[in-house]
Amino acid sequence: MSIMIDSEKCIGCGRCAEVCPGNLIVMDSKAYMKYPKDCWGCTSCIKECSAGAVKFFLGADMGGRGSLVYTRQQGDILTWVMECPDGSVKEIRINRKESNRY
Amino acid sequence: MELQKLHTDVLIIGGGTAGCYAAITIAENSPDTNVIICEKANIRRSGCLAAGVNALNAYITEGHTPQDYVDYARQDAEGIVRGDLLLTMSEQLNEVTAHLERLGLVILKDENGNYVTRGKRNLKINGENIKPLLADAVYRLKNVTVLNHINMTDFSVTDDRINGAFGFNTQKEIFYSISAKAVIICTGGAAGLYQPNNTGFSRHKMWYPPFNTGAGYAMGIRAGAEMTTFEMRFIALRCKDTIAPTGTLAQGVSAKQVNALGEVYENKYGLTTSQRVHGTVMENLNGRGPCYLKTEGITSEQDDALLKAYLNMAPSQTIKWLESGKMPSQQNVEIEGTEPYIVGGHTASGYWVDTDRETTIHGLFAAGDVAGGCPQKYVTGALAEGKIAAGSALKYICSHDLHEVVDEEISRHFSKAEKFLNGENARFDCEQLEEAMQTVMDRYAGGIRTNYRYNEKQLAAANERISQIEALTETLCAHDMHELMSIYELRERLTVCKSLIAHLEARKETRWHSFAENLDYPERDDENYLCYINSKLENGRIKIIKRRTVKEDEHYEHNDRQ
Ligand SMILES: Cc1cc2nc3c(=O)[nH]c(=O)nc-3n(C[C@H](O)[C@H](O)[C@H](O)COP(=O)(O)OP(=O)(O)OC[C@H]3O[C@@H](n4cnc5c(N)ncnc54)[C@H](O)[C@@H]3O)c2cc1C
Ligand code: SF4
Ligand code: SF4
Repeated sequence: MSIMIDSEKCIGCGRCAEVCPGNLIVMDSKAYMKYPKDCWGCTSCIKECSAGAVKFFLGADMGGRGSLVYTRQQGDILTWVMECPDGSVKEIRINRKESNRY
Repeated sequence: MELQKLHTDVLIIGGGTAGCYAAITIAENSPDTNVIICEKANIRRSGCLAAGVNALNAYITEGHTPQDYVDYARQDAEGIVRGDLLLTMSEQLNEVTAHLERLGLVILKDENGNYVTRGKRNLKINGENIKPLLADAVYRLKNVTVLNHINMTDFSVTDDRINGAFGFNTQKEIFYSISAKAVIICTGGAAGLYQPNNTGFSRHKMWYPPFNTGAGYAMGIRAGAEMTTFEMRFIALRCKDTIAPTGTLAQGVSAKQVNALGEVYENKYGLTTSQRVHGTVMENLNGRGPCYLKTEGITSEQDDALLKAYLNMAPSQTIKWLESGKMPSQQNVEIEGTEPYIVGGHTASGYWVDTDRETTIHGLFAAGDVAGGCPQKYVTGALAEGKIAAGSALKYICSHDLHEVVDEEISRHFSKAEKFLNGENARFDCEQLEEAMQTVMDRYAGGIRTNYRYNEKQLAAANERISQIEALTETLCAHDMHELMSIYELRERLTVCKSLIAHLEARKETRWHSFAENLDYPERDDENYLCYINSKLENGRIKIIKRRTVKEDEHYEHNDRQ
């Protein structure tokens, strides 16, 4: 599992590189994932990116099937968007003010 | 590299759970005290809390007392705990929880405004943003300076007293020497010692953060600090592939552990943390694997709640469910044991501290996963220890002046780092040596692929090979600061491995299945081993020290430093 960065969408703000707990993303004029095999999959970079440029995927070795996941934030609502290989899109909305039920 | 010399009253190494809370405590009680936090990443999302957590696992719920928590942890660890540490921690759990709520953490409440509990000791929360909340609170403090992207590597100690520490920037060519009256070490535990579950592209999809490399342990070991109970490794039972936590399934929707035949096996082996792992190993060995958490038959509302709960702490698992098209209600969740970690917040490995959390080095305090003797800390326990250590450090600096780190020592550490940066033509790279270390530990020191078991001959082989790999690290070279960090991380892990092997060798019994399963001594032996196994590096050799158990009615002090 790891992330990829869409350089078309990246606005070069540097926030993803700043927060990665493993210092894995480096900045040029745009962000660049330098160490894809060292990613822990914490999704910190994804939640930090307001441009939706950082996308998360599961490696094939852990059963991944090629979907890409990013987040959108509006107020207290964090929306997880999953683009599936067949073109379909799934969304899960989470209210940050609501606790987990379990 | 450029050299920067800094001074402060209190230096906090590691701006994770315990480190951030130690800073908050100092600022609240003594706003004029200067504090520096050195964090290898950025305190906003560093360490265990990066992805978020699912529950507060340590809380004294209605009808229970701190002593109940001590009793539970002691029973789970088969007696090898420090009663004094557990009790002083437990007494703080509810107060730090209330503080977290004031900082903005969402905790589930019933209609009467009381917290909703999960099982006997847990609270339900939305823990996705727990680390940004802590970080924001730290940034509001006046005399606390946060230095992000600084990887600390060594202490400066003279006559068993701390002077400060050394480190370097992970991005820019800057080396730091920081003198401090007191130091609080909060670098978390150690992952990446053993070959992990996923060995290929997803090798870092492990449970414990792969970036917590045991730096704090290694710094202490090299400086001659006494360490305890490394042999009580932590092996987590996790969802297969994603290595996501299972507590939400086990406690949230009451999913039982079942084998391939659908039989509930958890009652057969016992319910302590190590017995749950052991049971799963045994079912697999006896041909009844794979093992699962039985989720089939839960409702679709429960499915939806689980998808959300996992997004708040381990998003891979939610993606896995969605991609497979099979929800937990339709398919049981396969489980497996992880590779062993050294983590003093779950088991009891780490610094040997007194009741005030001072290590055997004067002026050096330890809190969180790096501190030993006090298992089952989790988030709130790490905060509690950060608070206790901060209080003790504040007391200490009232009567101790700054001892400046001397130039000769600075230049020794500086040149060592420069040597790696200026090196050329290395035979091996860091990645190869890391793989070699993980393979040795896996095969000879009780990793996943030997069902966590080992004997003395294997441990001797492990020790020899780890020493060989350690010697090879001298020849490594780094092309930039990130690679320099990787070299130091590898060296830290190797230092921890050597102590771990010595501890596994010293406990000649099997008290905890899987966590420390010595095939030469398969039985528990209370007569000789109801005691702590401690260790200390002396003249390059690891000395083992056995110590009597400490109960909760005692205020333990380091009266017989060895
Ligand atoms: C994936 C996961 C899920 C968990 N879920 C829960 C849960 O739901 N409920 C619960 O109660 N507990 C949970 N825990 C346990 C709990 O999060 C930890 O026990 C606790 O956060 C540990 O705090 P700490 O301060 O010791 O370590 P951390 O918070 O990890 O802090 C260590 C810090 O030190 C920094 N550091 C490391 N090395 C260096 C160095 N050389 N120089 C400078 N800085 C350094 C790290 O970057 C990090 O910021 C979970 C743990 C993990 C890993
Ligand atoms: S956070 Fe997003 S926009 Fe900012 S640098 Fe990273 S990828 Fe680019
Ligand atoms: S998912 Fe986490 S570890 Fe991976 S690149 Fe993003 S921030 Fe770093």
